Amino acid sequence: MCGDAFLVRFENVGLRYGSGDEVLTDLSFAIARNSFQFLTGPSGAGKTTLMRLILMSLKPTRGLITLFDRDTTTIAKDEITAIRRRIGVVFQDFRLLDHLTTYENVALPLFVQGREERSYRAEVTELLKWVGLGQKIGAYPPILSGGEKQRAAIARALIVRPELLLADEPTGNVDPSLARRLLRLFVELHKSGTSIVIATHDLGLMDQFDSARRLVLGEGRLHVYD
Amino acid sequence: MIMWIKGLPRIFSVGERLTLIPADSTAGRALVTVIAIMTFLATLTGGSAILVREASRDWSATAAREMTIQIKPVSGRNAEGDGKKIAQALQDIPGIEDARLFSREESARLLEPWLGSGVDLGELPVPTLVVVKLQSASPSTLTTLKDRVRQISPAAVVDDHRGWVQRLERMTGALVIVALMVLGLVLTAMGLAIAFATRGAMAGSREIVSVLHFVGASDHFIAREFQRHFLRLGLRGAAFGGLASIIIFLLSGWLTSRWSADPAGEQIEALFGQFNLGGSGFLTIGFIAAMMAMLTGHISRKVVYRQLRRVG
Repeated sequence: MCGDAFLVRFENVGLRYGSGDEVLTDLSFAIARNSFQFLTGPSGAGKTTLMRLILMSLKPTRGLITLFDRDTTTIAKDEITAIRRRIGVVFQDFRLLDHLTTYENVALPLFVQGREERSYRAEVTELLKWVGLGQKIGAYPPILSGGEKQRAAIARALIVRPELLLADEPTGNVDPSLARRLLRLFVELHKSGTSIVIATHDLGLMDQFDSARRLVLGEGRLHVYD
Repeated sequence: MIMWIKGLPRIFSVGERLTLIPADSTAGRALVTVIAIMTFLATLTGGSAILVREASRDWSATAAREMTIQIKPVSGRNAEGDGKKIAQALQDIPGIEDARLFSREESARLLEPWLGSGVDLGELPVPTLVVVKLQSASPSTLTTLKDRVRQISPAAVVDDHRGWVQRLERMTGALVIVALMVLGLVLTAMGLAIAFATRGAMAGSREIVSVLHFVGASDHFIAREFQRHFLRLGLRGAAFGGLASIIIFLLSGWLTSRWSADPAGEQIEALFGQFNLGGSGFLTIGFIAAMMAMLTGHISRKVVYRQLRRVG
């Protein structure tokens, strides 16, 4: 069953590149509404690939993926945009646009929706203060530190109040103290109703929130620990 | 109105829109140059076609209001006497403004480029000419004129310049068609240049396009962003090209007006008129330049949208 309770459901999903072996095999799991999970596994296990499948930037070679009650194979290209607007994503390499200020980068998801700048100005400024970038709103990414870039990328993902947040190694470039602060930020967001998936191989980070569900990828297969 | 908020670092500016495709790049500057050159060629072609068409209209109008009567020398008749009679008789016909007998000196001057100066026309079978100016070239006036001429001198031939005007119209028509073909070639070349530049810009902005997709931008939105970017480049290039063309036409007009005092200038002016495009000509240049800029934006949008749909 895939009702309102689940945002994402994978059923026997497999993925191979070209004619090679499957890099992901028989993935079957679901991400419930308002849930919190860590996606973990060794480097190269396929965590980012799994996230790209959820984002529909990759198509599975077999199996069924359901996103927000829609079978992804039946989603038209124009509808993908609407679905992506319900998902916030934090990339491992941040993917901030270097020619835009921190403010403009964070406001980008609202701008592409065609909203007037004055309608979100206060909201973006407030979020930037909340993630500790209140003094950096006019700064360009090349002069931000790794941690600042990370927080800007997180703010960009949060600004649309997504129903699902995918964060790929969000603490990979920050010191342990900042990592804890960022995790608290995700927990706060989870409390406000967003489902969170954090891809990480930082065991210390996972231990700080051990009530979270763990999805462990290894050798192309997924093991779920509730 | 664009204005920066004082006292704050650059967060946003009132009235300014976010620019997602970086504005300045070497490729962008090269494309502005290409568009400027193409616009210059297109507007120069368009302006020249207008000049030729206007000059042809002037020639046709002048030729249609003028007639030449040739009285060939025939033994037993006094051609010059017949000419005088014809010139006098035609003055009374309604619709004829003036009829004037060309003197021997004037005829000699007309033949000077071919025969040299100081030729005694009395020894040559040169026809006597009567030049007639018409108020209106109505058929009744022409019939009356021809009847009257025939009555006075059977050796007189009326040339109403119709054949010459038709040839002139055919020639200018052909020139305008050639100009349109050149314009078409310029537009095609520019379209291809823009398509290649757009693909290059897309390849260079792959990361930006990818991020825009992930933050929820539609293909239409991304295509519009590229269109806006290329429209800016197009406007800049078209402005340079159009302005250069306007300067060329103004300069040519000024130079021909200065040179019209000497014989070479007179001949150029007789052939092309005064190189004066007039308001409608300059408006046409503005229209062509604006069209080039719009075309730049439109083509880039189409190319981007098609590429995005193909990539899927």
